[in-house]
Amino acid sequence: MKHLLSTHDLALPDALRLLDTAEEMAAVGEREIKKLPALRGRTVVNLFYEDSTRTRISFEAAAKRLSADVINFAAKGSSVSKGESLKDTAQTLEAMSADAVVIRHPASGAPARLAASGWIDAAVLNAGDGTHEHPTQALLDAFTLRRHWAKVAGTGSPGSDLAGMRVLIVGDILHSRVARSNVWLLKTLGAEVTLVGPPTLLPVGVDTWPCTVRYNLDEALADRPDAVMMLRLQAERMNAAFFPSTREYSRRWGFDDARLAALDTLGLGDTVIMHPGPMNRGLEISAAAADSVRSTVLAQVRNGVSVRMAALYLLLAGGTHDDPAAPTVRANPALSPTKEPAV
Amino acid sequence: MTGAEPTPGNGYLIRGASPLGGSRQDLLIRNGRIVRVGAGAAPEPGTRVIDADGLIALPGMVDLHTHLREPGREDAETVETGSRAAALGGFTAVHAMANSSPVADTAGVVEQVYSLGQRAGWVEVRPVGAVTVGLAGERMAELGAMAESRARVRVFSDDGICVSDPVLMRRALEYVKAFDGVIAQHAQEPRLTEGAQMNEGEVSAVLGLTGWPAVAEESIIARDVLLAQHVNSRLHVCHVSTAGSVEILRWAKARGIRVTAEVTPHHLLLTDDLVRSYNPVYKVNPPLRTADDVQALREALADGTIDAVGTDHAPHPSEHKECEWAQAAMGMTGLETALSVVQHTMVETGLLDWEGFARVTSTRPAEIGRLAHQGRPLTEGEPANVVLVDPAARWTVDPNKMATMGRNSPFAGIELPGRVQATFYRGHPTVLDGALNAPLTPAAKETAWTG
Repeated sequence: MKHLLSTHDLALPDALRLLDTAEEMAAVGEREIKKLPALRGRTVVNLFYEDSTRTRISFEAAAKRLSADVINFAAKGSSVSKGESLKDTAQTLEAMSADAVVIRHPASGAPARLAASGWIDAAVLNAGDGTHEHPTQALLDAFTLRRHWAKVAGTGSPGSDLAGMRVLIVGDILHSRVARSNVWLLKTLGAEVTLVGPPTLLPVGVDTWPCTVRYNLDEALADRPDAVMMLRLQAERMNAAFFPSTREYSRRWGFDDARLAALDTLGLGDTVIMHPGPMNRGLEISAAAADSVRSTVLAQVRNGVSVRMAALYLLLAGGTHDDPAAPTVRANPALSPTKEPAV
Repeated sequence: MTGAEPTPGNGYLIRGASPLGGSRQDLLIRNGRIVRVGAGAAPEPGTRVIDADGLIALPGMVDLHTHLREPGREDAETVETGSRAAALGGFTAVHAMANSSPVADTAGVVEQVYSLGQRAGWVEVRPVGAVTVGLAGERMAELGAMAESRARVRVFSDDGICVSDPVLMRRALEYVKAFDGVIAQHAQEPRLTEGAQMNEGEVSAVLGLTGWPAVAEESIIARDVLLAQHVNSRLHVCHVSTAGSVEILRWAKARGIRVTAEVTPHHLLLTDDLVRSYNPVYKVNPPLRTADDVQALREALADGTIDAVGTDHAPHPSEHKECEWAQAAMGMTGLETALSVVQHTMVETGLLDWEGFARVTSTRPAEIGRLAHQGRPLTEGEPANVVLVDPAARWTVDPNKMATMGRNSPFAGIELPGRVQATFYRGHPTVLDGALNAPLTPAAKETAWTG
């Protein structure tokens, strides 16, 4: 794996390797000294063309826990706002010997463009591109779901998949990179995915996706999902005639108190409620749902750091998964906090 | 470009070519015309003999749709470079779209473009006049003045922008009847394509790129054929790209509506699957569609529902393509690959023979553009606009070796059949041995047939 651009092209062995590595990284996060020397001397650039404090600090924490040097390059206030092209920016980072570029960009495909252009040799991590994909978000969601699914089954998380798990993804699918990345990854891991949203916010062509599509949230809940993932409703969609009003949207597709109660009525004791954040409380999710014991919102944030550590580690220090001689993560001395790095 | 050779006093004897793929003939070209067609002609002294063994002779290709970028964007293309590319591609006439800067919406600008074409001397350059002032879609440009100018404009288009106002479109269709003009519509409903990046469908759903739905093209074509019927005017539809558009055109033609249509070479070959690379070389308007659309377009071109091939040659400077998809310019080069792509998609598939090839690349576009001296049969007394093609040649497209300034060919790296060996423009070889020879010079023009 040279880059992490999408989950659409992520094979099951790679996905499991990322998730299993993230479990190792999570263990590091529970130690008193939360730092590994694995990426000492390596440079990770956070190249953010959109404001996203949450994703940026998650990547920053991940890189720092791996001892990498981190440079934050925000498009606002930089030469980008003066019209510098992606190519010139990329070549500037290349000249500064960046080993990995974590890119958040409003244009779908910008990370793929960066990776395929030959402008730069660094590993490219997609931290969200337009309405295309957000692969580390899907990985952290899958990581969270996998832990929950293993706990319900009474087994261990490492090595397991999501076979048989039923996941609802609710809201603005059309504009959601989180939804796209989750559809592909959860399907690869064996989950059954159902999308729920207003027909105006489901893309033309969704019928070819490996999932079920429904318009009615209550009917979808009655089908006894194991997890309900609520998507953020972006402010710019609210006045763009995709639906009559935010109140109507909230009534039909918001996870409100009545739907929270319905989970109990249906006897769905183990069903979790997810949200990638930041939440619009009272719009797509009620405060009670967001704060309930079913909510995994904070676990998702926590797991995000582990998953991003795994992605950075595997791209910058890991071998290829099809190399049987490559050392496993567990055996790699670089992962031991008490030893000097192997390199 | 090789050194200019003097025009032989007794013209050119093309020996052993197959006109339209038929039996081998010798063609004697002199003073701008084909003066003899037959077998076994002996060259007179001063006649240059061109061995055309194995080559097919075709009428010079006529392009209804190019962007030569001059005046205004000479960093992208000039009339000189664009018409060199045209000659190399087997064209003897090209229409230059109006979206230059300043826009070709006055007699002055179309005469400038026309003069630049004459000065270049590689092909006949026919300016297209803008339908509306500044392509703004608000009020009609002085179509009559452009028609009466030295450029004798007959094709009017706001190409790149749809004449979406139905009243304005109706008036334009009516008005050009006064001088036998035609409105060439870029069919794109603007509200349905706000921010559109690619064909709306299975691929756009995965890529998260804003969709350009087929209905945005089809709804405008449906409206326009009904308007053309209502006012009994001539309508031409630029770059038809969807199977649904083909159905509407078929219906309209069956009703006797005076509509013609063109298809680009890239829409005959490429599909939106290529966009998965996010490489903006595949960004074009209208966008690449699906395999089903490609098949429908090929069949429509074969059965005459679509009349002509138009390249929509759209060169761009590299910085307009070396960027994110959403920021990239729309358009592809096409002049130097058109013949090969049409041979590959239409002739080698058995959908068209070479006679049909000549119909869609020369005869029909010349008729639509009202170019009296183009698209003529290869018979005695006709203007000598002739291209010699080696149909057995195969070549790999390399944009760096093209005459156009644009490097944005979507066919880069693809192996294609067919090579232009020679192009005769008004009896003068602009291309010989597959390379640029010399333009038609003012001196040569005086001795050559003048139209």
